[in-house]
Amino acid sequence: MDEIKVKVDHMTKQFGDLLVLDDVSFEVKKGEFLCIVGPTGCGKTTFLNCITKLYEPTKGEILINGEPVDLKKHNVAYIFQEYSTMSWLTVAENVAFGLKMKKLPQAVIDREVAEVLAMVGLTQYKDYYPVELSTSMLQRVVIARAFAVKPELLLMDEPYGQLDVELRFKLEDELLNLWRKTGTTVIFITHNIEEAVYLSENILVLTNKPTTIKERLVNSLPQPRNVVSPEFIDVRNRVTELIKWW
Amino acid sequence: MNKEIIICNQVSKTFHTARGDVKVIGQLDITVKENELVVLFGPGQCGKSTVINCMSGLEPVSTGEMTVAGKLVEKPGPDRGVVYQRTALFPWLTVMGNVEYGPKVRGMAKKERQERARYYIKLVGLDGFENSYPNQLSGGMQQRVGIARAYCNEPAVLFMDEPFGHLDAQTRYLMQEDLIRIWEKEKRTVVFVTNNIEEAIYLADRIVVLTNCPTTVKTEYPISLPRPRDYVDPEFLKLREVISAVVDKTL
Repeated sequence: MDEIKVKVDHMTKQFGDLLVLDDVSFEVKKGEFLCIVGPTGCGKTTFLNCITKLYEPTKGEILINGEPVDLKKHNVAYIFQEYSTMSWLTVAENVAFGLKMKKLPQAVIDREVAEVLAMVGLTQYKDYYPVELSTSMLQRVVIARAFAVKPELLLMDEPYGQLDVELRFKLEDELLNLWRKTGTTVIFITHNIEEAVYLSENILVLTNKPTTIKERLVNSLPQPRNVVSPEFIDVRNRVTELIKWW
Repeated sequence: MNKEIIICNQVSKTFHTARGDVKVIGQLDITVKENELVVLFGPGQCGKSTVINCMSGLEPVSTGEMTVAGKLVEKPGPDRGVVYQRTALFPWLTVMGNVEYGPKVRGMAKKERQERARYYIKLVGLDGFENSYPNQLSGGMQQRVGIARAYCNEPAVLFMDEPFGHLDAQTRYLMQEDLIRIWEKEKRTVVFVTNNIEEAIYLADRIVVLTNCPTTVKTEYPISLPRPRDYVDPEFLKLREVISAVVDKTL
């Protein structure tokens, strides 16, 4: 029996009269890579923000390891849509930020930072400031910062939305490698159906507002995946059909 | 055979800055035929927008010659419409106010220009929103207003500088489909800038691949896939792979 990492239990979120999430329930297994897709404006980001308690759900509960989410206890990392590096800190200081918050000894912080910078290939840029880096490097800094705290749950909100295809593929492959190495549980939100099919083990398809779960697809395409293979395109078309509103 | 409407002859552009000269456009030769939809495709910061700005007359060229419809480009003009990356709408004007702006400043009578504006507002699918202000519209709708406003001047050439760059992937598909529908109904010469390869192949009659800065033409691909195009058609995906591989890398 697989261990349940995240349990979302009858989650409802209302902003005034506007019902965004309507009684949503699902589970994520430990070590699972789950992608969430849905039509534009369906409340995907609200969904993540409820999981992290940036918003308090109107009704329902979110459990991590069977306990209500408590960010002091649970090790959750969040990667936002916008590149959220801190411009006044160097690459190494950005990556160390979460570890410092946890008040770890400096020697441990140094070791962890060095390790994770090596994983994303930024060792030689550790003393650079964000303004000196390209977009892809900035996104790597953010990913390194998230992985540095060895999160048990990693939430990603459309992190590669603005990147061109080549770069996106490259960073996606890096992400998959990190995920395999660390065994962390990932919930990844995207508008990009190709990306969801490329990354996920499971895909959660959401409906339009008020949002509920339309379908949960098991994506059993073998890794590494080939985006031009007929099998891949078949899954991509199936997901597209489920959410197509345009 | 359509005639050539934009001729960019050995154009270069250098910006003089406090930190020295920055050459953004190298020796650039591009010609665009009447009613052709040309996509300028290149890596980030390669100078795509600068090329558009030179073609539309917003930036003077440093050397070489830029002509549109036989006239040397020296300043912006109503024969060249621009749809910008950021929706550069007038926030204090309604949709109607924005769309009729061009003809209005050129002194067209109210009845005539509003009739024309209404036609283009309908064409972009915004009928019913004539009296809305930009901040009441979604990102995709704002960009539609930008397109209607550019069309309303009935320019000979339309320049579009990554108009869908900040929209999400799904809204982008919708806008791309609509743009082709509008273009097929109201044929214009369109020069479209993007760094999104899917978008480039979906839209273009011809893709001009630009090099890194200082930018020149790296190579060109005529795209003959029938419209409407299918993003997961094997030939589409093959082209995507080929053209992605040829583009200069930016770190």
